[in-house]
Amino acid sequence: MKRFAIVSGFVAMLLVAWELASESGRWSPVLFPSVLSVARYLWGAMIDGTLLEAIRVTMQRLLVGYAIGVAIGLPLGVLTSSSQILEDTIGSLALGLQTLPSVCWVPFAVLWFGQTEGAMLFVVVMGTVWSVIIATNHGARTIPPIYARAARTMGSQGIHLWTMVMLPASLPFLVSGMKQGWAFAWRSLMAAEIFVTILTGFGLGQLLHYGRELNAMDQVIGAMVVIVLIGLLADRILFAPWERFLHRRWGTNAR
Amino acid sequence: MLDQVTNQSTSAPVATATSKLVVERVSKWFRTPHATVHALDNVSMQVAAGEVVCVVGPSGCGKSTLLDIIAGLTKPDAGHVLADGQPVTGPGPRRLVVFQEPSLFPWLDVFGNVMFGLRLCPELSNGERREIAHRYLALVGLEKFERAHVHELSGGMKQRVALARALAPDPQVLLMDEPFGALDAMTREHLYDDIQRIWSDSRKTIVFVTHNMREAACLGDRVLLMSKAPGRIVQHFEIPLPRPRSIYDVELIGHAGRVADALRGTIGGGVTE
Repeated sequence: MKRFAIVSGFVAMLLVAWELASESGRWSPVLFPSVLSVARYLWGAMIDGTLLEAIRVTMQRLLVGYAIGVAIGLPLGVLTSSSQILEDTIGSLALGLQTLPSVCWVPFAVLWFGQTEGAMLFVVVMGTVWSVIIATNHGARTIPPIYARAARTMGSQGIHLWTMVMLPASLPFLVSGMKQGWAFAWRSLMAAEIFVTILTGFGLGQLLHYGRELNAMDQVIGAMVVIVLIGLLADRILFAPWERFLHRRWGTNAR
Repeated sequence: MLDQVTNQSTSAPVATATSKLVVERVSKWFRTPHATVHALDNVSMQVAAGEVVCVVGPSGCGKSTLLDIIAGLTKPDAGHVLADGQPVTGPGPRRLVVFQEPSLFPWLDVFGNVMFGLRLCPELSNGERREIAHRYLALVGLEKFERAHVHELSGGMKQRVALARALAPDPQVLLMDEPFGALDAMTREHLYDDIQRIWSDSRKTIVFVTHNMREAACLGDRVLLMSKAPGRIVQHFEIPLPRPRSIYDVELIGHAGRVADALRGTIGGGVTE
């Protein structure tokens, strides 16, 4: 409760500082809208449905692209951790391509797929898969071999060994790999939505893009606020419970 | 080599017919990118049913490798191991191991760790498994910590859980690889009492690897001394003391001293006895 009060106080302070700065009149309200005008925009967009529709479109793209990226990245990460040849080939490819900012895939994707959902998905998958491979590979290499040795003496082997020992032993790195993948998927999707103009769905990135086209700063800031909130919420809902469980069981964090 | 061992023994090896465990002319080399290390050289030993045999030797002499080979976790390059007359081809619950490193599973609580091996015993019902797990946790004095997380336990408690986990599936042979090496002296002495109590109840066959002479003299019916790498068994010692033994017993210290003197001989190069 005390922590909640501190966080709310902090957010309120930020909003007050913003409101005061915009009301001081030193900057044009077109470039520096007040808190209220952004809130009014968000409320209006909520009422007329554009905001919820944009969130739905964006989340759908994100979840599909992320799921594909994880489905490809996790097994590849496990494979590269278990074979030197795959580590040297796929592992170093992943390392190289991970350094490429995902927005750099946009021209490639547009030329290949045109202005379509496919291009959008491709950028998200490319943004996700490499970081998932690297995080999984790194984590799988750090599982203490003693767990498998102890389990094998007790008669665990094959599927039992993988599902009852290797999988839970790898939870810490699976969660951190998936979390990293999520962060990259989110960033790539925003890049894709801003640069790929399509009519099949109007996402948060496009809301941001058209805010710029229309010189509507309240829309730009409003969309940014929503993007931040979704990122925070996803972290809390998707990953925090897992991390809490791991910290409690592994004793890696006092809280 | 076998002759040499027999000559130096203070007693004849136990007859094969009653042997729970037979290690026959086992050799092992480890190949690293830089060198080939000869870890074990022609090691033979026998352990009778219900016997406690301690293997001591300088660090790096291959005694843990020997235990791994008996457990079936490592394949020997030459020779073989027989357990109840059957060749050992891989690890299995008839020979369970208490490792020196922390080997409890952090994703399971204390009770879950003990249940892990029991769940792999198809002949038991779930009720029987729970009953056995409770019983062995009580045996090592941790019945109050069944729902504790692994990281909440002290080092000594962790090894007690590991001991309960290894005993619960009722293995034919218990293999212990310097299980108390990382513990403080006071905790170790408690555990010596526990091991002796558990052994007198269950008469398990135990192979216990250690570099602590007094620990070996305290727990073992026999102590086998290994030379520095390549490891071979250079001497047998009988410890004919009544149980339960105290680590402070004068006679026991005398036996430990004889082993320690012989060990100094092997480190100096060659056995002097």
